[in-house]
Amino acid sequence: MAFTNEQLERYSRHILLSEVGVKGQKKLLNAKVLIIGAGGLGAPAALYLAAAGVGTIGIADADTVDLSNLQRQVIHSTPDVGKAKVLSAKETMLAINPEITVNTHRTFVAADNIMELIDGYDFILDGTDNFPAKFLINDACVLAGKPFSHAGIIRFKGQLMTYVPGQGPCYRCVFKEPPPPDAVPTCKQAGVIGAMGGVIGSLQAMEAVKYIIGKGDLLTGSLLTYDALKMEFRKIKLPRAKNCAVCGEHPSILAPFDYEQAVCELKH
Amino acid sequence: MKITVAGAQKDFPGGLTVAQLIELENVETPEYVTVSLNDEFVENGAFTSTVLNDGDSVEFLYFMGGGC
Repeated sequence: MAFTNEQLERYSRHILLSEVGVKGQKKLLNAKVLIIGAGGLGAPAALYLAAAGVGTIGIADADTVDLSNLQRQVIHSTPDVGKAKVLSAKETMLAINPEITVNTHRTFVAADNIMELIDGYDFILDGTDNFPAKFLINDACVLAGKPFSHAGIIRFKGQLMTYVPGQGPCYRCVFKEPPPPDAVPTCKQAGVIGAMGGVIGSLQAMEAVKYIIGKGDLLTGSLLTYDALKMEFRKIKLPRAKNCAVCGEHPSILAPFDYEQAVCELKH
Repeated sequence: MKITVAGAQKDFPGGLTVAQLIELENVETPEYVTVSLNDEFVENGAFTSTVLNDGDSVEFLYFMGGGC
């Protein structure tokens, strides 16, 4: 595949980088990334991955755009209120970069659709807002052997880690099972600074890009935490849990399953 | 004895357990925190029986569910 003049110009700042170059840009154009959740994390990640020329981007979300989303979900605009988030996201992504393909999956992920959803994608980005979904994505990616980026944000804090099969712990190694519904606050209940989604979602996009071009060190075996009030990033080493229920030596989870969802989280 | 908690070195009395450290450090949602001691996870059930030693490094890992 030869680059057109327009592509050379569009991606020139990538191509200039020795770590990317024409070869890396081709990898990006051939890559397929699935973003689950077109919210605070998924919005900035989708914008940067679309702009970067990731050739196929899937976006999964069942929600419609709400006025309260616009404080942080920068892929949606005021006229989009009421529109399906996946459609609003697709329109913005294609306006930035018309040469990519955006697959819309207007659904919440669940045990009965996740394996089919992630199939065919090279890298998964977890931008969901609840623990049942985060554990489901982890289990499905471990079982399917797919790399993924996990992240969470709340108030002035955020964190992320990257799972690559065979290269370190999964999310369940660190957190064995979801806390009971409503035991740990979510950003819907506790609030979040909009720019936090920008910081952490952009870092997730960065992990996806590095994975695709095969350069640099990923957050495998590390949790990167960000405290905006202290303006402090910390990289915490994470061991693997030999007894992990999904990626351990004797796994008991052999297929994805659904956890009960907190009632207050079912909307938005 | 000196223990590094979340990257900061602090002084603690000898014989301190992980459970006591969780209390002293006012850990948020202590029932759901994951603890790593010298880069190894401590099982929740072992918080009260795990005694810390001089020079240990402890990290608290918290659930963060938001993404919305």
